[in-house]
Amino acid sequence: MKFGVVVFPGTWSDRDCGWVIDQVLGAELQYLWHKDADLKGCDCIIVPGGFAYGDYLRTGAIARFAPVMEKIGDFADRGGLVWGICNGFQVLCEAGLLPGALIRNSSLEFRCQWTNLVVERTDLPFTSQCTEREVLNIPISHGEGNYFADPATLSRLEQRGQVVFRYCDATGRVTNGANPNGSLHNIAGIVNARGNVLGMMPHPERCSEAELGGTDGLKLFKSVAASAMKVLVS
Amino acid sequence: MIARVIVTPKPVVNDPQGITVKQGLATLGFREISDVRIGKYIELNLEASSEHEARERVEAMCKQLLANHVIEDYRFDIEMDGHKRR
Repeated sequence: MKFGVVVFPGTWSDRDCGWVIDQVLGAELQYLWHKDADLKGCDCIIVPGGFAYGDYLRTGAIARFAPVMEKIGDFADRGGLVWGICNGFQVLCEAGLLPGALIRNSSLEFRCQWTNLVVERTDLPFTSQCTEREVLNIPISHGEGNYFADPATLSRLEQRGQVVFRYCDATGRVTNGANPNGSLHNIAGIVNARGNVLGMMPHPERCSEAELGGTDGLKLFKSVAASAMKVLVS
Repeated sequence: MIARVIVTPKPVVNDPQGITVKQGLATLGFREISDVRIGKYIELNLEASSEHEARERVEAMCKQLLANHVIEDYRFDIEMDGHKRR
């Protein structure tokens, strides 16, 4: 299982993701520079958090033109696993790999805090190690994580079960009070219709070791590793 | 010629910056404000053989990069030889 971690100028969570993959999970790690036009045989591509290209114009707007993004689009079209975290989610929306957009938090504040997420899909390669409606405790760290989609897109997402994570309280109830940024329907993460491209605002790489306050994030990394094993076996 | 592009959040998109500025204006006594929307202003210096061509090019730029059609609307003026056209 080989993870590719994309590095744009301004990316800041690449080393955190790399640490989890390499040191905690023990999987193979490959950093992919934004100018790379080759995904170097990676099985899952992570587009990590940060401020790619300084978030100039809009978050993710410039990053989508990077040479590596064209390859990631082709890879996703072929069914390859693509996982956007925080700024990576914003990049995937701008690139059209996921529907909707992420706008300024309704509070106008940058929010760096722990959140609870209810897992609504466990049949995906990204969540196979989670249990049905499990509540994960994973931190967010963003100023623009307010998920928006037009009403038609939003109802299509709901009908097709493409909402993977929703902000909730500690017991799993999806409430306004548990919504840290104003996201429509408390959306914290979505997947494309095919189920191979995931975007999420919370940072699983920041809670994959007990020393950092929690290990719920590691479940997602382990899920991806386990799913790749299944593909190899079958 | 110069193209002046204005990008604004779509009416259906909540604009927390606009709401906050509206509240600030109300605090200062400007209570006649019913709505504030905050967007971006982009000025482009470009060469084109005609206004028609410039319009087509700027339209394409807005669609492909300058605005995100999911959340934003755009409009622009083209100024040729000092004459401003909307």
